[in-house]
Amino acid sequence: MTGILYPVVVLGGLGLLFGVSLGLASKVFAVEVNPKVEAIRKVLPGANCGACGYPGCDGCANAIVEGKAPANACVVGGKSVAEEVSKIMGVEAGEFNRQVATVLCQGDCSKAKNKYKYTGLRDCRAQNILAGGSKSCSYGCLGCGTCVDVCNYNAIHIVNGVAFVDKEKCVACKACINVCPKHIIELVPYDNQFVVKCKSNDPGKVVRGHCSIGCIGCQICVKNCPEQAFSFESNLAKINYEKCTNCGICAEKCPTGAIFSGLEKLNAKAQ
Amino acid sequence: MNIFTILISTIFVNNYVFAQFLGICPFLGVSNKTETATGMGIAVTFVVTLSSVITYVVHHQILARFGLEYLQTIVFILVIASLVQLVEMFLKKSSPGLYSALGVYLPLITTNCIVLGVAILNIDKEYNIIQTIFNALGASIGFAIALLLMAGIREKFEFSNIPKPLQGFPISLITAGLMSIAFLGFSGLV
Repeated sequence: MTGILYPVVVLGGLGLLFGVSLGLASKVFAVEVNPKVEAIRKVLPGANCGACGYPGCDGCANAIVEGKAPANACVVGGKSVAEEVSKIMGVEAGEFNRQVATVLCQGDCSKAKNKYKYTGLRDCRAQNILAGGSKSCSYGCLGCGTCVDVCNYNAIHIVNGVAFVDKEKCVACKACINVCPKHIIELVPYDNQFVVKCKSNDPGKVVRGHCSIGCIGCQICVKNCPEQAFSFESNLAKINYEKCTNCGICAEKCPTGAIFSGLEKLNAKAQ
Repeated sequence: MNIFTILISTIFVNNYVFAQFLGICPFLGVSNKTETATGMGIAVTFVVTLSSVITYVVHHQILARFGLEYLQTIVFILVIASLVQLVEMFLKKSSPGLYSALGVYLPLITTNCIVLGVAILNIDKEYNIIQTIFNALGASIGFAIALLLMAGIREKFEFSNIPKPLQGFPISLITAGLMSIAFLGFSGLV
């Protein structure tokens, strides 16, 4: 009988001892958590996807309460979560700036040149290893559709050899952004129609040689923008999306068409 | 064996990471930045030393008295798990920065084999309490040194031109192997 009794008593006793001392310790070392953090944590989706840029929903809730992140920091939760959070924080929800992933390349089969014919694995990452992909422009979309594969929302399609994101379906989960070996997918505010759809840092002449719709760095957009929303860095025009008023002058003036002017006009042109 | 020999032996000759291959998970996991590596080293030093003392007392005063030496493993794990919980609470209160920097690796000390390994080896080698403390101290200092060395090298990786297939973990594993070979040079010292 003692053969079984002693182990049970000893192990049970030790367990009880440690349990009680841990319980006491948790009282002594209790950290006061801001009740707002817990409240916000409950409202957040709890997927711990990390799309907000913080380590999980706990990190995001902390950042919001500390004021480091805006009330609409959760990209996946969208407007409804942002409203709940701002109720807890006691601030106005403000305009929820929905962001969508955008592929910054328009060099499709008819516009961009190839340096070789790629017949390997249908995966951009594999193709990229082989001399940076078949496109002669080293910044261009490879069009193998790795982003299409990782998209859980069926928001990306390959159109004539270049990936295109459906604005309506995109939830800004960043899966495609993380997988793209060329790093040409970026988050752009949903309301901004005009986007410089080129990532090439090559000088204009080289860009021209590779592709007919790339940004050649002529800076016409910079000069013509009435809002001074454009900046020019390493041979590439950049739009400050906050300043942009969607007037469309840049897209009209752009000699190559590298400034994308919204799907509506693209469709109109096609018709 | 005197205390000095034990220290030299566990820090260099029988380094728990490089010679006995214990604690490899945090060795590769937390060695990205020297800052977190230092924090982890200190946390492990604290846990290993304290758990060695407690397991020594538990083993000789309780288990040996009732002839329950066969319960060693499970009791030791119980001790370590509780201790890590305590350290976690303590860190959360006293230094939230270090707490968040260590992240998931702090609770993972529970399953870090170096902690259990040192506790069991102390008993196996029949050390007395003083020797136990210094063996644990040496083991964790050796672990901290290994972690710091690795972190220093990995910080340099960011600026070096590593062939693509080797980037990330492959080069870290190769480095760890080379460091282990280098530490073999200490053998015969004690």
